[in-house]
Amino acid sequence: MPKLTIRRDGFDTVLDVSEGTSVMQAATSNGVTGILAVCGGEMACATCHVYLEGGPIDALPPVGEEEDEMLGFVAAPREATSRLSCQLPMTAATDGLVVRVAPRQE
Amino acid sequence: MSAVVIVGAGQAGCQVAASLREEGFDGEITLVGAEAHLPYQRPPLSKGHLTGKVDRERLFLRTSAWFTEQRIELRLGQAVDRLDTATRKVCLTDGEVLGYDVLVLATGSRHRELDVPGRDLGGVVALRTLCEADALRDRLAAARDVVVVGGGFIGLEVAATAAALRRSTTVLELGPRLMGRVLSEPTANFLLRAHRERGIRVELGTEVRGLAGRHGRVQSVTTSANEVLPADLVLLGVGALAEDCLARAAGLTVDQGIVVDEVLRTSDPAIHAIGDCARLISPWARGSSVRLESVQNAVDQARCVARHIVGRSEPYTALPWFWSDQGELKLQIAGLAAGHHDTVLVGSPGQSAFSVWCFAADRLIAVESVNAVKDHLTARKILAAGIPVTPAQVAAEGFSPKALLPA
Repeated sequence: MPKLTIRRDGFDTVLDVSEGTSVMQAATSNGVTGILAVCGGEMACATCHVYLEGGPIDALPPVGEEEDEMLGFVAAPREATSRLSCQLPMTAATDGLVVRVAPRQE
Repeated sequence: MSAVVIVGAGQAGCQVAASLREEGFDGEITLVGAEAHLPYQRPPLSKGHLTGKVDRERLFLRTSAWFTEQRIELRLGQAVDRLDTATRKVCLTDGEVLGYDVLVLATGSRHRELDVPGRDLGGVVALRTLCEADALRDRLAAARDVVVVGGGFIGLEVAATAAALRRSTTVLELGPRLMGRVLSEPTANFLLRAHRERGIRVELGTEVRGLAGRHGRVQSVTTSANEVLPADLVLLGVGALAEDCLARAAGLTVDQGIVVDEVLRTSDPAIHAIGDCARLISPWARGSSVRLESVQNAVDQARCVARHIVGRSEPYTALPWFWSDQGELKLQIAGLAAGHHDTVLVGSPGQSAFSVWCFAADRLIAVESVNAVKDHLTARKILAAGIPVTPAQVAAEGFSPKALLPA
């Protein structure tokens, strides 16, 4: 199973994630705080903002049009590495991905 | 404060447990749920779950390991027999008695039943739980003629899915327009046109007289217009009622929902009620009481109660917002449109991307958006911040919602 590292307040949580699970889903189901994901991944809330920190970032799908629009409304500063974690599926190719939870989601 | 019992393990109940731990609450937490499943999300049940786009596994809100780690005791598949508010006890039907210092009722809502002949025939279903969703998905796969009773959120989402799967699909709506309770007329009219263009037959002002079948299976629906529609699958989506029986039996104040104050306390200060089952005066309804069935409402009320329990009490004032995916139409609502008397259209319904800005006494109260995510998110910020907006401003040429926000 691909490994995912979620960084928050300087602490790393390392999760083994089944393929196809999104970074958001992995974070929330394992109770990683700081990702609210109110809408559960239906692209309605913009509260699962993360920054890409390391690992196979290029293996992720590019930012979609709707995601791009929604990233314009995240609570913490948008950076070049900003993504909505519901749009980041974990696969064998993204094994070792490291993301940092945005400091604010709303 | 040592023991919190939460009755109801849906989105609201699960969120209270999670938020209590996030807020540093160290006492006992017990979460009682009537369904045997771990807490799961309901919105995909009428959308991605039906098409198989969302895996069953991904519906669950937390892993079972998480509940163990967080010391949250689960009592799943357990019904509550009664509450003893004098001694602060929750009595389960299996005989277990749970004592509490604070009780949170997150009991949700139940189907409004349709009292028509043939209601019990096979193939006549409703949709609220995961089990019902599984059954609907299986039946939809085998169905040819689908009749949806009720043109609300769930009815239209399922109808759009059925039509996309090329099932012959009819929606019967009693009212004069779709989603009449929540939507402005322009948006409702657009949805009507859009669904009809996509091959869904929609009959307004029409109710069900009866259902008929053979060998216990539904075969047809007779409408109030005396039309007999063939049907091998009938979805009843005629709304929901608050699940407030326990509260009523316990003597709490109930009025089509468990009545709560601004910190979501019931008439017994040791008991809170949140989510679908709670009724409260909302600043977003201009002082009238509302009972909302939405994820936002469940989550935000849960967080408010968790903060109250750890001593950081503040009134519940979160802006209501909603979404509904109907085929490729993404409807989003910010605020509560009921009681508006003026609307301004922004964008082009012809292109299926627009917003309807709803005003009451020249004050913006709600914005409905179709395939216009930016408008929706901007409107949420405008409403939440209380930024004054007039109909004239919105109607002006070149209006840009974002320009209303502080830079």
